[in-house]
Amino acid sequence: MTALSDVSTHAMASARWRISEVAFWVLALACAFLFPSRYLIMTDIVRLGLFALSLDLILGYAGIVSLGHAAFFGVGAYSAGLLALHGIINEPVIALVAAGLVAAVLGFLTSFLVIRGVDLTRLMVTLGIALLLEALAERFSDITGGTDGLQGIEMQPILGLFAFDMFGKTGLFYSLIVLFILFLFARRVVHSPFGLSLRAIRNNPLRAAAIGIPVNRRLIAVYTLAAFYAGIAGALFTQTTALASLDVFSFERSADLMLVLVIGGTGYLYGGLIGAVVFKMLQELFQSITPQYWLFWIGLVLVVIVMVGRARIHRWALFVPNLIIRQFAGRNAAAVPEGDAS
Amino acid sequence: MTIALETRGLHKSFGGLRVTRDLSLKVMQGARHALIGPNGAGKTTVINQLTGVLTPNSGQILLEGSDITGLSVHKRVLRGLSRTFQINQLYPDLTPLETIGLAVSERMGRGGDWWRRMGTRDDVNTEIAEILSRFHLLDVMTELTSTLPYGKQRLLEIAVAIAAKPRVLLLDEPAAGVPESERHDILAAVAALPRDVTVLLIEHDMDLVFSFADRISVLVNGGLLTEGAPDEVARDPQVRSVYLGEAADV
Repeated sequence: MTALSDVSTHAMASARWRISEVAFWVLALACAFLFPSRYLIMTDIVRLGLFALSLDLILGYAGIVSLGHAAFFGVGAYSAGLLALHGIINEPVIALVAAGLVAAVLGFLTSFLVIRGVDLTRLMVTLGIALLLEALAERFSDITGGTDGLQGIEMQPILGLFAFDMFGKTGLFYSLIVLFILFLFARRVVHSPFGLSLRAIRNNPLRAAAIGIPVNRRLIAVYTLAAFYAGIAGALFTQTTALASLDVFSFERSADLMLVLVIGGTGYLYGGLIGAVVFKMLQELFQSITPQYWLFWIGLVLVVIVMVGRARIHRWALFVPNLIIRQFAGRNAAAVPEGDAS
Repeated sequence: MTIALETRGLHKSFGGLRVTRDLSLKVMQGARHALIGPNGAGKTTVINQLTGVLTPNSGQILLEGSDITGLSVHKRVLRGLSRTFQINQLYPDLTPLETIGLAVSERMGRGGDWWRRMGTRDDVNTEIAEILSRFHLLDVMTELTSTLPYGKQRLLEIAVAIAAKPRVLLLDEPAAGVPESERHDILAAVAALPRDVTVLLIEHDMDLVFSFADRISVLVNGGLLTEGAPDEVARDPQVRSVYLGEAADV
């Protein structure tokens, strides 16, 4: 039956790897080798990308807005810090997973508050939870080190083989590998029936329930998963910087993350990654031009993006590459806009 | 004959407004049952209680003899009760293929699979292909729902409800807003519903009601005015005065 083969081909089409995706990862790896003096900023970008990926899972796919995603980042960061500081789990990879799980438990518990209510309620509840945790971390300073943060964290070699070096080389490759593995997992999840049901819920919760989707259970599951991802991002932060201080919970961290997704776009996994790259580059650029007023320029860029629209900017950015491609490959060829390479 | 769907003494009020009053309704297995009534009679409120969007203040709802009054929306669907909406409730950013694929996956209990890519199960794909072709949606299956013509969207609305393989289907004004040129497709799809599926039709359009239904219940002010075969209802003087009379005046 041809209809059947059509259906299965098209149903699987969205999960197929595109050339642009392969190029993206090759480029990421190439950067790690090409710019040995920039390990720290690249590690920063990778970590922010993972954190943004986490927010995109709930915001872009399930439609849950959050202004307090730093809560999970912070819990992951402190968990990893405490595990290393007290020598509870010395091996970084196991500690990383453990820290992610702690964040996931917190995500699961708070998901019940977040899934009820509309966008505004969710913004307030998530923001509240992050502020609450920040205050708790300050109150229990004998455990968290208070405003000074956790002092004297010493990281053991990864898998007992790769020691963290002062240039951040190990840290970058470690972060990049973690990001790639978690990205692969997220990619599988969003192309599964489960991932599709999240998009259905974001599109129309009424219809989603009316075809038998247990809406709340799915939202709880993805919120927990996103918390795990954010916790891993936080743990990477502690492990690669040997630092954990109160600002891991800060409102600015959650707000910046929103900016990253606004820049990169929501609802496709590369949005957070591209957004992280662009955000950090802009930050570097503006900080080198006007160290004091770089936030002004970030703000301006943000307003322009929202007013002009991301789709149009993508079209402009791809105008020249598409002209060249058409010279070689005929009229209808075009580079895939980032938005389509989900 | 067995009863597919039944309400017993259903009551619902919003504040002081009593929208459903002591409604006891029986829909027989395999019936083509229509629920009609003038605007504001409370038809949509009844549907919302049947499907679990609203909880009645008192009374019971039974699906094939078992009490479903307290079940959530999605559990009723899995028990075999699905619906279409008067105003399309679709996923604008998803394609018909994804929409139907998801509904079929959920019904088979595979909707929570997070480790498996879409399109890898032949049993799901076979059913998607069958439904898409039955509702003439194969040629547009990869287009975004939001870009489809209204008539196609209306077909998709019915197709999604069918993909849940209901034993009882609630059709809420299936032909509402469909332009004359596309109306035929909708009516044909409704007429071609399998006979073993019990259908409760909520409809304004009297032509559609009398051509389709084998039993009609008339709802007025939230209560049942009368019930019977189409010709009985058509002759009923009460119905003529409150409903058909009203319509004839227009």
